Amino acid sequence: MIALDGVTKVYSGGVTALDGVSLAVGAGEMAAIVGPSGSGKSTMLHIVGTLDRPTTGSVRIAGYDVAALSDRQLSALRAARVGFVFQQFHLAAGVSALDNVADGLLYGGLGLGERRRRAAAALDRVGLAHRMDHEPHELSGGERQRVAIARAVVGNPPLLLADEPTGNLDSASGAGIMTLLRELHAAGTTVVIITHDREIAAELPRQVQMRDGKVVADSAAVVEAATAEPDAFPIGVGGRAR
Amino acid sequence: MTAPALPRLYPARMRPRDVLRVGGVGLRTRPVRAFLSALGIAIGIAAMIAVVGISSSSRAELDRTLAALGTNLLTVTPGRTMFGGDAQLPVESVDMIARIAPVEQVSAIGKVDGAKVYRSDRIPAAQTNGLAVYAARLDLPATVGAKLRAGTWLNAATERYPAVVIGADTATRLGIGAVGPDTQIMVGGRRFTVVGVLEPVPLAPELDAAVLVGWPAAADRLAFDGHPTTVYTRSVESAVTAVQGVLAATANPAAPNEVDVSRPSDALQAKQAANQAFTGLLLGLGAVALLVGGVGVANTMVISVLERRAEIGLRRSLGATRGQIRVQFLAESLLLSALGGAGGVLLGIAVTSAYAAYQGWPTVVPAWAMLGGLACTLAIGGLAGLYPAIRASRLSPTEALATP
Ligand SMILES: Nc1ncnc2c1ncn2[C@@H]1O[C@H](COP(=O)(O)OP(=O)(O)OP(=O)(O)O)[C@@H](O)[C@H]1O
Ligand SMILES: [Mg+2]
Repeated sequence: MIALDGVTKVYSGGVTALDGVSLAVGAGEMAAIVGPSGSGKSTMLHIVGTLDRPTTGSVRIAGYDVAALSDRQLSALRAARVGFVFQQFHLAAGVSALDNVADGLLYGGLGLGERRRRAAAALDRVGLAHRMDHEPHELSGGERQRVAIARAVVGNPPLLLADEPTGNLDSASGAGIMTLLRELHAAGTTVVIITHDREIAAELPRQVQMRDGKVVADSAAVVEAATAEPDAFPIGVGGRAR
Repeated sequence: MTAPALPRLYPARMRPRDVLRVGGVGLRTRPVRAFLSALGIAIGIAAMIAVVGISSSSRAELDRTLAALGTNLLTVTPGRTMFGGDAQLPVESVDMIARIAPVEQVSAIGKVDGAKVYRSDRIPAAQTNGLAVYAARLDLPATVGAKLRAGTWLNAATERYPAVVIGADTATRLGIGAVGPDTQIMVGGRRFTVVGVLEPVPLAPELDAAVLVGWPAAADRLAFDGHPTTVYTRSVESAVTAVQGVLAATANPAAPNEVDVSRPSDALQAKQAANQAFTGLLLGLGAVALLVGGVGVANTMVISVLERRAEIGLRRSLGATRGQIRVQFLAESLLLSALGGAGGVLLGIAVTSAYAAYQGWPTVVPAWAMLGGLACTLAIGGLAGLYPAIRASRLSPTEALATP
């Protein structure tokens, strides 16, 4: 699913955020990325999510060589195959939970009615069927993050990337979010989570530790090849609705 | 790492309806700002529509007036002699003109030189008032289309008596409202009774500031020399130009070049044309207002893009292409200016209707002005939104997302 090989990222200011990272995450895996602040976790997640390109090294996501794709094609890749969850939720103010989630399908080519129908199903899946008409300011932090997760998974992407999804939540809501992510993993989604919380990280099947832009520890004994996987995944936004 | 043939990736097209929805996000979330920047455009468009509308309405009013007054009135006046002196029309010129076949009606007035007009004999002689005294033929109102506001026109009896009919301006200047046997004014040192007051005469404005005395009375009592100073003719509509060509020679065969012939309806139209030049100036001012409105929209869009960096980053992470981000902000700018434009057109129509109603004109707002106004706003919205939209689309998704 994810194959990074010798990836470096040097920002324009001269900061080397990633320094020769090689990492493979197989389809259906669930991994935690941990490491001190500034170690390059977010940078790596952005590169995995094709929001940014590496300075050097190769990146393959869902079988596609990112370097060979245009910006338009990367957008299409994100629209159909990658879901993002952010620490700050990034929900649109003044817009109902339902429409926030439906926006997750906006760039997939579906009509509004179908988008809303699927958004309702996704909200139901994250346990917010009773909050569909609420606007973000009428929701608790945990509920907001659930809406954001629903938006990320409404298109059934095979890959879900979460950057400190529990960072703004108390431990109870955080635990709820983790349960939800684990359920998604159980349903077959590849999930990569950046977290500062050792307990959360310890509960996940795999931990990748970073420091100064390098992967310094990886609990996975065997690194699987990520090449033959795309066939195992549905393409497009349909497919695995419950 | 030889992957099997992967499906080609291509972004899905956004439906027009979704483009509208997404373009409307900024308007919905910041309605006051959207209203104010649309207002800028609206004022510019409204100004231009109102200028065009008022000018068209006054044009329509003139056409209506001319249709009522007719454009077949020709006037003959004495010009200048070869030596620069004032020429005279021969006494018999009226009868000669009446013999031109297509001429249907003829009438004339003759200026009574040296006759001064006063409201009463108590006013000092030095206090002149610019009112002219004319001898008038009985068929004058029928020929020039003059109507009486009060009293009656002269008749076969009163044209011999010291009786006058006064023009609309004369009545105002002398302060005469009603007429009656005891409404008297001093003309040429004699007492004359005012028997009638005319409405303003659009085709013969010289009558508005006139005091009209019967032709025989002028000769008997005011030493009028009998020379007409303006001959009015009505001709068959199709022959007006031909009549215009022969009038000078007919009026004064001995010296046709000392005769001026004019068509008063042309003068009205020329005045209108002069107003059009002024309209052009006002239109320019409206265009400047519109431009300022456009700058306002551009400013709003730049701020909108700055404020919504995180949203842009999020949309990119959801799979929006650069093009789709660009389209979103262009659509917002176009919506904003289209709203302003539509509001401006309505406002312009309202102003035009109000002004036309106040003036008693028909309301005319040409379709080209409305369509042109809307097209203008769309062009301005496109221009104003282009730069912010391009900036939004060039934002790097990660930097956009990093914005707090
Ligand atoms: N856009 C940028 N331009 C320049 N330097 C950057 C940029 N983004 C990140 N950096 C630098 O790259 C390094 C890695 O940043 P990154 O955000 O990946 O860290 P992180 O591991 O996610 O940290 P945290 O846990 O605090 O979120 C940091 O030193 C940071 O200052
Ligand atoms: Mg980070």
